[in-house]
Amino acid sequence: MSQSPLLLSVDNLATHFFSQEGILEAVDGVSFDIHAGEALGIAGESGCGKSVTAQSILRIVPKNGKIVTGAISLLQNGESVDLVQLDDRGQEIREIRGGEIAMVFQEPMAAFSMVYTIGNQITEVIRLHQKCSQDEARERAIEMLQRVGMPIPEQTIDAYPFALSGGMRQRAMIAMALSCHPSLLIADEPTTAVDVTIQAQVLELMKDLQRDMGMALIVITHDLAVISELCDRVMIMYLGKDVESAPADVIFRDPKHPYTVGLLRSVPELGEGHTQELDPISGSVPSPYRRPAGCPFHPRCPEFIPDVCDVELPPQIELTGGHRVRCHLYVQD
Amino acid sequence: MAPADTVQSELNSPADVSPGEQLSQEEDGNHAAASNKVLEVTSLRKYFPILRGFFRRQVGEVKAVDDVSFHVVRGETLALVGESGCGKTTTGRCVMRAIEPSSGSVIFRKRDGEEIEVTTLTRQDLRSVQQFMGMIFQDPFSSLNPRLTVLEIIGEPFVTRKLIRNRRQLEERVAELLRSVRLDPTYMRRYPHAFSGGQRQRIAIARALALDPDFVVADEPVSALDVSVQAQILSLLKELQTEQHLTYLFITHNLSVVEYLSDRVSVMYVGQIVELGHTQSIFRRPRHPYTEALLSAVPVVETGKTGRRRERIILEGDVADPANVPPGCTFHPRCPYVQDVCRVEEPQLVDLAGANGNQPHYVRCHFAEELDLQGVRSTVQ
Ligand SMILES: Nc1ncnc2c1ncn2[C@@H]1O[C@H](COP(=O)(O)OP(=O)(O)OP(=O)(O)O)[C@@H](O)[C@H]1O
Ligand SMILES: Nc1ncnc2c1ncn2[C@@H]1O[C@H](COP(=O)(O)OP(=O)(O)OP(=O)(O)O)[C@@H](O)[C@H]1O
Ligand code: SF4
Ligand code: SF4
Ligand SMILES: [Mg+2]
Ligand SMILES: [Mg+2]
Repeated sequence: MSQSPLLLSVDNLATHFFSQEGILEAVDGVSFDIHAGEALGIAGESGCGKSVTAQSILRIVPKNGKIVTGAISLLQNGESVDLVQLDDRGQEIREIRGGEIAMVFQEPMAAFSMVYTIGNQITEVIRLHQKCSQDEARERAIEMLQRVGMPIPEQTIDAYPFALSGGMRQRAMIAMALSCHPSLLIADEPTTAVDVTIQAQVLELMKDLQRDMGMALIVITHDLAVISELCDRVMIMYLGKDVESAPADVIFRDPKHPYTVGLLRSVPELGEGHTQELDPISGSVPSPYRRPAGCPFHPRCPEFIPDVCDVELPPQIELTGGHRVRCHLYVQD
Repeated sequence: MAPADTVQSELNSPADVSPGEQLSQEEDGNHAAASNKVLEVTSLRKYFPILRGFFRRQVGEVKAVDDVSFHVVRGETLALVGESGCGKTTTGRCVMRAIEPSSGSVIFRKRDGEEIEVTTLTRQDLRSVQQFMGMIFQDPFSSLNPRLTVLEIIGEPFVTRKLIRNRRQLEERVAELLRSVRLDPTYMRRYPHAFSGGQRQRIAIARALALDPDFVVADEPVSALDVSVQAQILSLLKELQTEQHLTYLFITHNLSVVEYLSDRVSVMYVGQIVELGHTQSIFRRPRHPYTEALLSAVPVVETGKTGRRRERIILEGDVADPANVPPGCTFHPRCPYVQDVCRVEEPQLVDLAGANGNQPHYVRCHFAEELDLQGVRSTVQ
């Protein structure tokens, strides 16, 4: 399908948390590929494992969690590295983090320390990954701030993060993430904490940067519309599983998994008027410690097949055109 | 649905319209409309002092709400929409007098036609009026006391107002309320932590409706909920409105929700209303550049059936700071249509009704009549 080379391949990734309450299967058998320059959206409701998937790729899973199975292959210069096999505090992953793969978070305050200027922090990242003088690094930081549309970058570079507005902070964080020209940027809810007019600015900026820098992008969000604006492919998660994935235009036009269908029908759409029928998904997401047997969606599924869906885990079915779905409805025999 | 029936019959009974009102309806259409208004807010202001230093000297003020006027008609939903910090919550709280407004008038009209000026009521009288007003908050996790059972939470207004003294009666009323929000009444002995976000919001709604209010302020009631659960609560609120004849002041930043739920909408920008009118006509053809930009900024799911949207309007800069309001039109630093006059002269909120048929349509822009702004392309005919 895609002509550009494979950049990252995640194969059957499972990341679990261990506590007194038991084992929490935050990510449970997720697979996806990203090609160079491609944008993948990961969507799903709170707690479905989106952030933990990103943490697993960067090997920053909190201490009580562990990647229990799977491989995450990063392809650089014709060589493949399995990130799962790396020491999570070793030199290799530290160079990849912020260098090859960068990340922006929902809350920009989390990315910055309050006691240093944004300039200090961006130049530090640059010098960690690239050999250059302090002055060169500062020059590049200003360039980057300019690139993300920061007004008067020569001055803002010396501002402390708390002195910037929400939109400005978001830009500064993106500038920091992009300062080493990563081949993959992971954006975890990049616009959830900002207003809609600022969201439009940030989305536009990410689109431009991705195009100009040929960078691949993983956008994590619960807002399908944001994905629709930015992404080539979509992966929908539910309780740690990748229940459906497909090219963006395909999944929004022709969703296959009952959960995806429900998600799309349950949000009011601008332009549909006030007579539009919402069709909410019944019930709520169960506690992750009480994962239903069989298909995790079965207690809420309108297409539920008794004695099948509540017993057997549905396999991942390959439909045509790169469309994959985990649901018994599509099992052919 | 016993309580809903009572409300219905009360509303439909001829006794509800006093002979005087009937008379005046015939001779003066405007007056009849006025008596339909559950709430009339005039020139509401709330300024928060900015205090600095050891002596807490006042160095300025945040004009959180600055000369806001609107009314809400019985049975309708008026949405207050705008970006973070524009004063939506402050407006809602001033109307309920959960906080004291700096100035302005809030008139609440009871079902029997009695008019009450909320801003000057004594504590005691305020309590008796607040019984007709319910409030639902954004966060169902912090708005319910974790140490009380559902029975105690929902029953609290009856107990503190000494409306029900008999435990069995209280349980019956709470069970009825739980059923009305589609929750199983057997849950009433549980504590909030045993419920999901959506269920907690249902509990909060049941409590807001406990005293059978006419008027409900809902402040971002679905923003903190899971996407699949938001639709359940929105549908529930819509159903309850019909069943119980509720009037909503619905605060949100989500324009899709505004379109789905509201009859009229009031768009706020830094403490002021910049556009106010019927949701459908504003969404189809906004008259204020900020409304146009807001509508244009909303991302939409591309299903292929409507085709690619037109170019998006990207506003420059950030939402203005209410502690440091720009001179002239408050929107001028970001407005794509700004002219010299906008920088110095503050536009007034003007009714364009004359130019636009007969529905009132208020806009605060020097060029409201001239500009040809884009709305949402409707997919429904
Ligand atoms: N440090 C942790 N310890 C224990 N459990 C965790 C930890 N971090 C995440 N989890 C659990 O793992 C599951 C997946 O969490 P994750 O943060 O990936 O969800 P998410 O899809 O990003 O949700 P949201 O949309 O709310 O950000 C959740 O059940 C969460 O409670
Ligand atoms: N108690 C207070 N003291 C000082 N300033 C306040 C107080 N409450 C609100 N403000 C300020 O008043 C302005 C309006 O706040 P408000 O909470 O009404 O906004 P909002 O429109 O509800 O925003 P959001 O969408 O973020 O909830 C903001 O600038 C806010 O910082
Ligand atoms: S496997 Fe069964 S329960 Fe699960 S989504 Fe498909 S039809 Fe529904
Ligand atoms: S008054 Fe001027 S600056 Fe304000 S919205 Fe209208 S055109 Fe824009
Ligand atoms: Mg997350
Ligand atoms: Mg608010």
